[in-house]
This record gives sequence, structure tokens and C-alpha cells, in this order.
Amino acid sequence: MKQLMLGNAAVARGLYEAGCAYVSSYPGTPSTEITEVVATYKEIMAEWAPNEKVAMEAAFGASLAGRRSFCGMKHVGMNVAADPLFTIGYTGVNAGMVIAVADDAGMHSSQNEQDSRHYARASKIPMLEPADSAEALAFTKLAYELSEQFDTAVIIKMCTRIAHSQSLVETGERVEAVKTYEKNPAKYIMMPGNARKRHPIVEERTRALAQWAETAQINRVEDGSDHSRGIITSSTSYQYVKEVCGDRYPVLKLGMIWPMPEQKIRDFAASVDELVVVEELDSFIEAHCLSLGLKVTGKALFPCIGEFSQNLVAEKLGMDVPAGEGALDEAIPARPPVMCAGCPHRGLFYTLAKNKITALGDIGCYTLGAVPPLGALDTTICMGASVSGIHGFTKAQGGAADSRTVAVIGDSTFMHSGVTGLINAVYNESASTIIIVDNSITGMTGHQQNPTTGYNLKGDPCAKIDLETLCRAVGVKRVRVVDPYDLKQTEAAILEELAAKETSVIISRRPCALLKYVKHKKPVVVEADKCRSCRLCMKVGCPAIFMKDGKACIDNTLCTGCGVCTQLCRFDALHAKEED
Amino acid sequence: MNTKNIMIVGVGGQGSLLASKLLGRLLITKGYDVKVSEVHGMSQRGGSVVTYVRYGEKVYSPVIDKGEADFIVSFELLEAARWTEYLREGGRIVANTQQINPMPVITGAAQYPDALVEKMRAKGVIVDDFNALEKAEAAGSSRAVNIVLMGHLSRYFDFTLDEWMDAIEQSVPQKFLELNKKAFMLGREA
Repeated sequence: MKQLMLGNAAVARGLYEAGCAYVSSYPGTPSTEITEVVATYKEIMAEWAPNEKVAMEAAFGASLAGRRSFCGMKHVGMNVAADPLFTIGYTGVNAGMVIAVADDAGMHSSQNEQDSRHYARASKIPMLEPADSAEALAFTKLAYELSEQFDTAVIIKMCTRIAHSQSLVETGERVEAVKTYEKNPAKYIMMPGNARKRHPIVEERTRALAQWAETAQINRVEDGSDHSRGIITSSTSYQYVKEVCGDRYPVLKLGMIWPMPEQKIRDFAASVDELVVVEELDSFIEAHCLSLGLKVTGKALFPCIGEFSQNLVAEKLGMDVPAGEGALDEAIPARPPVMCAGCPHRGLFYTLAKNKITALGDIGCYTLGAVPPLGALDTTICMGASVSGIHGFTKAQGGAADSRTVAVIGDSTFMHSGVTGLINAVYNESASTIIIVDNSITGMTGHQQNPTTGYNLKGDPCAKIDLETLCRAVGVKRVRVVDPYDLKQTEAAILEELAAKETSVIISRRPCALLKYVKHKKPVVVEADKCRSCRLCMKVGCPAIFMKDGKACIDNTLCTGCGVCTQLCRFDALHAKEED
Repeated sequence: MNTKNIMIVGVGGQGSLLASKLLGRLLITKGYDVKVSEVHGMSQRGGSVVTYVRYGEKVYSPVIDKGEADFIVSFELLEAARWTEYLREGGRIVANTQQINPMPVITGAAQYPDALVEKMRAKGVIVDDFNALEKAEAAGSSRAVNIVLMGHLSRYFDFTLDEWMDAIEQSVPQKFLELNKKAFMLGREA
């Protein structure tokens, strides 16, 4: 029976049906649900790794041992895993190994909109690109066949609209696949002498895969009635093209985006008057067509920025765009994401903003500390960059001990790649002050466990990395814990550690207010006659506080009673409600 | 048939995913091709969220573009106004009149526009507006706003009441079933 399935869940189903036995990933929107859904299949060992490099190496180890394996990540995670990726490109695999990477054109939840297709060509690893959930399931299974047939890892390339759209799939049964490990130094020890011998094998493999792509059903021509134009496309762009053009123009839909079938593309080009490539982000298919010496229109017509849509494709192809009712002639205030009411990060960011402290930020919910009214962050680059960056920042300022700069990094991000930066700070004698905002969960991606939470992906209790012990073990002598709901304590700790002439770590610890086990207090009460309308309580940017008729008011449906606002009021107008 | 387009818009955390799950369930039992597109991640943190539900004989694009929506079901009034340009000519907005201030309004950087329903109507947009939060509370829970709105939307579909109720049964936990059925009927009659 057909059922609606999220693209990411369909990849997970494909892993299950293909007999995948081991999964290791790091969460990242829009890839996270693949691994979360995999964890619901008891036949698959599924784990969160501290970062994508570890995940990919663990998955490679499982492949080597003879079990089909998988790792999933968002596009920027592929940068972290690029080191093993390029050499796994040389070694090939034992049992099948599949890697999923999810791009985020339009940057719904990302810091850049890199095009991960380049990784396939650069690492010489084939890449399949599904265009809906049914293909996500089928391509994942096919990827394992290709992986074992051609002795290579295979990348499944997702994007937000495929990963987070539900469409119809039909499921199948699981088939187990087990191989045995055999020692093979020439294949798996990539020292120069062996790697030089592997490289020609890799080039030959790419030629063989390109030959396979010529007749592969996943690279299909859908004929059209009007051959004045032919369109090569893939992924979500294919859906927009079909939505707009129907069966009018012939379409070459590429399911394998690397390597591409040269003769098939040449034949298709020869069958139409004008060749058009419709692809989101960079020129990739188009660049390949150009390298074949074909005359092609791509990025001259379509943007390399942001997501496409059916209207954009229609407009660029000179087709009708629906008029619709048009926009309301009214300034509609934006509704950006905000830190939740009761968010433990709020008290910390208020303290940093109040003291005009420069804060190098990182990747997570706490990036929201950058938005008004708090505006408490100065940078956001990538996972771990705050801790590494503050060291350089402090050094460049002559190591000034009175520097008013801190790094702010979350618990999961610190595990991902903050700890190496901390080691660098200690080793190179930094006066940096590093604040770990420990909300006991990986928050922004939707509450995933991590090595500091004491629970694993399957929800079972497990070893728990103790942040204080870890920081002391790498040589930080000044490690302290504060409660960010206590503004005085938090401020005193920050000012003291900024004055210290050595590396210090402040752990700002409070579980995320959205965690089910976190008990909320009763909403804060306002004594309206005491409120002088000074709006000081509004400075924390809490969505539960608003002004009505010049007086502060609390939205009782949102307020968690955290009490941060009550510590700001100079007129004693805000109170914690007495517990019954 | 042409593909039909329903947008569900609101504020992160309002429960729009249950509404799209319900619609999806119902539409596949009727034999349609269906696509449902959601945005996860950062937008959940109190931001503007949108879910696209499309159905027909063959659905290609997972998203709905400007000028295409047959229905916009809005959980919050400002969001109805924000997405109006996605409505096709002659489309209908089902709007909960509940207002949730976005951060720029809370900080005083912007004003929550007044008389939004009147302005939409003045433009010629068809709007069904009612307080779905009150109906949900009358049914027993403020969290049932999603089902109240689905109840109202059901007036414009040929599906039988039994078919809707079956979809609700498949989509909500047993212990909240009666509450949700009541919420659905209050919305359907609103």
C-alpha cells in the first residue's frame, strides 16, 4: 500500500530495506530525520557521533568489517567529513557504504548555501540525486548495489525540499547483506606507494560508472511534443520544470549527478534546438555540458542564489505565471525565530549585552542571541569557530588580560569541534574566556542527544562526558559553573574570568526549557500600579513579555516563570508567583 | 483534475503539522497523488511557519507558489495577511483571528497592523474569519485550534463527515479523540 513519507524517512526506509546494519551521523537541518527514523528500526545499530568526520570514519569502519553502513549530514557537515571522504574515494569499500548530504538552498537553517555536488566530482565518488520520497527510497537501495558493484562509497544528495517533503512511497522487505573482512594493505593503507597505485583504479572506476550511467534507468529522457527546447535537470528543479512545462519539452532527468553520461547528454542535445539546464545553486550540469563543447543555456537565465519555484522556472522559460490575488498593501512586520520564553541562554546574553562584551558566537539556538533586542553576538562562522577564533582575537590584541571578549559555544557544538580549539588555547597560553552554554541537549536541530547528555540516539542511558572534568583534563585551571537564570552570579563570573590572565571556561548550565522533564514555575505576576513603563524588562527580548496601555504584561501561556525579568525590574513590579 | 493547493500558515509551535498530517491521510485514502512540504529547524523557534499540501492526479512541485493557493488556512491573523499573495484568484482564506505579536512588535520596532480582515476584504479576498482559539477552548483544549480550523475547511470539500472523522481517529491519540471530534464540529459550524 502506498503511504505518505518524508523524504528523509524514505532514505531511512531505504537503508532498512537494503540491509544497512550500522549508522553514525551528526544532526544538522535538513538531514537530521534520516538518522532519527533509522533509530526506530531495531535491526540497525544507529548512533550520534560527536561530529561528521567521526561519523564517516565510523561508518567506513563498519563497511570494512563487512556490514552495510551509512552516515548522514547537512552540507556544511560534509566539509568537516571531507578529510576521510577524499581518501575513502581511493580505498573504496568492503560492504556497501552510503553517505547522505542535505543541501539547504535558500538557507532555511544554515550559514551558507554551498552546493555539495562539487564534492562528488572532487572526491571522485558517485552521487545520486532523488527528486521525491519514492526515489529517495529506491536510490538509497540502488546506492548499495552500486557501492558493492563498483567498490566505492556512494553519496545520496538531498535538499531541503526533498528531505522535508512527504510524497507517496511503497515499502518493501529488508534483505540482509553480510561480507567478511579480509586484510588488504594495498587497498586500505593509503601511504604514497599504495595510493599511487589506487589512483588509476579510481579513475577507471569513474569511467566505468559513467558508462553505467549511459543506460541507467535513473537517467531518463521524458519526450515532449515541442523539440525547439530540451531541458536537462534533476532533483527538485525537475519537479518545477514538469509542473510548468508538463509534456511540452523533452526532459533529460539525471538521477545520477556524478559521473554524468556523456553520450546520453550529447544525443539529447542533438535532439533539440535549444539546450537548457535547470539546476539550483551552482553551474554543475551546465559546466559539464560546456566541457563537452555543447551550446547550453543555464546560469545566464537562472540564478545561482536561493531556491527555485515553479513561478521562477515559468518566468525564466517565458511561460505563464499565475496572477493570483496579489499582496496586501500593508507593512507586515517580520516574524523571525526567537529564543523561547524561559530559554536559559537569555540571561547570559542579557549579561553580555549589558556589559558591552564582544562575543564570538557559534552554531546553535544561541545564535539567536545575535538578534534584537539582545544583539549580543559578534560572529557566527561554523561549528567550533568561536573557541578557535577567540584565541586568535585575544593574541592579536596582545593577549590583553582585560580584553572584553568571550567565546560562546553550546554543549553539543563544543563536543563537535570546540574541544580542539580549547586545547589550542591552553597549549598556546591564551587568556581567552570561553563560555559553554550547556542546555543539556542539541537544541536547534530539534532535541538530539549528545555525548554530554547521558543518553544515546536510541534513548538508552549511556556514558556521559563531564564537561568540567574534560576542560580541566586538557589543562584549564579556571573552570566554573553558573546558573544563567541568576543574573548577578552570571555577571560576577564573567567579569572575574575576563580579568583572569589565563584560559578560563564558564559553563552556563540550565536544561532547555522545552525539554519534557523540565518543570516550569508559575507565570510571573505583574503589579501594574508599580510598573513605571521603563521597559527595562523588554530588554531581554522575551516573547512572553509585552506592553499594554504602557504597562508590562505577561503572556501566561508562554511564561515559564524563569524569573530573569523579575531581577531586572527596579520598581518591584514583577514577581515570581508563590507556589501553592 | 488540476492540482489543488492548500497552505497552512502560522507561528512555530502552533500545531500546524497535525493539520497537514490529517489532510494527507484523508487525501491518500481518496486515491490522490499527494505532496506535503514542511519547514523544520530554525523556523520552529517562534518564527513564521508554512506547510504546503498539494493533491491531484499527479503532483510535481512540493511547494505552492504565489497566486496558486486554493485555500490558505491561517492559525494567526498576521500570518494570513503575510501569505495573502499566495492565494489564487477566487481562493479563500480561513483565518483564526487570534493575534500573536512577533518580536519586532514586542520591542516596539513595528506595529501590529489593524483591521487586517477588513483590508483583505477591501481587496476582494474571500475571508472566513473567526476565533478558533475560543472554539478550541470550548472543546476542551487551546491546543485543538488546528482541528477547529480543519473542521471549518471541511465545509469546502466533498468528503463525508465519516471520512474526516476516520482521518482524525488515525491522526490523534485515543484519549484526545472526543475532544478533537468536538473541536472539528465546532469549526465546521463556525
